[in-house]
Amino acid sequence: MADLEELYREIILDHYRSPRNRGELDSPPAHRVEGFNPLCGDEVVISMLVEDGKVADLKIAGSGCSISQSSASLMSAAVKGKPVGEVRQLISTFKGMMSIHEAALEHDHDGDGSDEPVEIDLDKLGELAALQGVVKFPVRIKCATLSWNALAQGLDEVAAEVS
Amino acid sequence: MAVTPPAGTAPLNVEALRKDFPLLTRTVHGRPIVYLDSASSALQPRSVIDAMTAYYETTHANVHRGVYATAEAATALYERARVVAGRFIGAPSPAHEIVFTKNTTESLNLVAHSWGRANLRAGDAILLTEMEHHANIVPWMILSEEIGGLDIRYIPIDGDGRLALDDLDALVDGVKLVGISAMSNVLGTIPPVARVAEAAHRAGAIVVVDGAQLVPHAPVDVTALGADFLAFSAHKTMGPTGIGVLWGRAALLDAMGPFLGGGGMILDVKLDSFRPAPPPARFEAGTPPIAEAVGLTAAIQYLSDIGIDRIRAHELALTNHALARLDEKLGADCRVFGPPAGPDRGGVMSLAYRDVHAHDLAQVLDQFGVCVRPGHHCAKPLMRKLGVQATARASLSLFSDEHDIEVLIEGLLEAGRLFG
Ligand SMILES: Cc1ncc(COP(=O)(O)O)c(C=O)c1O
Repeated sequence: MADLEELYREIILDHYRSPRNRGELDSPPAHRVEGFNPLCGDEVVISMLVEDGKVADLKIAGSGCSISQSSASLMSAAVKGKPVGEVRQLISTFKGMMSIHEAALEHDHDGDGSDEPVEIDLDKLGELAALQGVVKFPVRIKCATLSWNALAQGLDEVAAEVS
Repeated sequence: MAVTPPAGTAPLNVEALRKDFPLLTRTVHGRPIVYLDSASSALQPRSVIDAMTAYYETTHANVHRGVYATAEAATALYERARVVAGRFIGAPSPAHEIVFTKNTTESLNLVAHSWGRANLRAGDAILLTEMEHHANIVPWMILSEEIGGLDIRYIPIDGDGRLALDDLDALVDGVKLVGISAMSNVLGTIPPVARVAEAAHRAGAIVVVDGAQLVPHAPVDVTALGADFLAFSAHKTMGPTGIGVLWGRAALLDAMGPFLGGGGMILDVKLDSFRPAPPPARFEAGTPPIAEAVGLTAAIQYLSDIGIDRIRAHELALTNHALARLDEKLGADCRVFGPPAGPDRGGVMSLAYRDVHAHDLAQVLDQFGVCVRPGHHCAKPLMRKLGVQATARASLSLFSDEHDIEVLIEGLLEAGRLFG
């Protein structure tokens, strides 16, 4: 079961069993955004308070599989209190890690394996790197990125409101 | 409809039958495959694959067009498939009443489009059931939006996952159409379609039967069911993907307008008008799935040679065995939705195991070579009613055996250990 252990690492199971920043913030003032995976019915609800260019607070609600829920929990721990710019960077680094698999397939169209794989700095991801086992299970990538896409959408919506 | 096999039906030689399925010889993660996802799509016996290959190698040509020998032969094979499919479900007039589509979904959309547009008006009521697949809900909703609002009602399900029919006469009162699945793809429930159809007809409604799950697994006779339309998919019937069947009563088909427009479905076209061909051609625009029709013939031949009543008996016995084993080994940790073991239940088992999400269950089971389907099974209204987001569904086939159930249980126990 080596593959399984790579997917369900201890950190992931820990965040699944004891999710961080669970709940909802009053909205308003918090901004509320929902992510939904129509394939498996996984749901995530993020409420976030963006103040002084920072994600001052955020909470996660919803339900779903271990990958979608632990990814949301890990995300909440990683972005809470961080400047919006840094959060956006983290989103793109995380999504980069999740797309290594697809990117590698796309880049190697000639099939000789010569194309360079995309470089992702896993050090920047900290605990989030535990989710990299997911890329071996392409169907589950959507579970892992569900909350991240919702977060990105939420940040965009907040920015649009402000401007 | 309780589908009880005739007493004394000879049991299947599953070990020998398994050899007919090339895909069952492969391994997954180093373990023999345990295919428990036939409700999603069945596997194909060698005879189906061979028939399609032979067709492409010796006969292929477009149908209803050429006059050369292979074109004649291809047309004959295509039309023969119609008769074979029709006889399989007891169609009174197969050559006229069987329409080939892409799948069950397209068949039901065809009815909503062509019968629905001609016969339903804003405010009309139709009756579906709470256990319908999206394929027998959404087409009616689309039609409703188009024509300015249908009153869509539902037959509720009871705590055991059976249709609650105490108020059947009140439910059918005033409806123009009843849409009912002959077997639930989530619960395995086989509802009494004939009883519902009788009440529907008394109320002046027509009856559209979704046969996607029942037709591949039990004897079906459209007249005995009281159906006016019945749909099923070849790929769930051990045939190929890409071809589905719609049976409709001749009088209804004759009175319906076309579905898609194009070649093959017309009698004549002028610059400003067209005249549609009679059924079934009226509903089959464009080049049809010819090789797939050949595959469907071979699939039905395969099932008929074994005997669909024997297949039903095998799957019923194995379902009873599986439900008992799951209970024995996993007890209250494992919840199986749907009615208890019995004659009104097919070989579909939707499981919840402890608090493990269906997606995670299916992932762990995959490591054991076990193929099950996690998710909402395209029946979201039903899932809401059951109060679950997703289930892991194990579904049986004629080649399923007791060992498959043991591996399933082994995998569930491992998932429990991992997520416990
Ligand atoms: C009861 C039922 N109806 C309809 C369908 C749709 O079948 P298809 O995807 O072949 O159109 C399915 C299969 O998923 C089903 O189980």
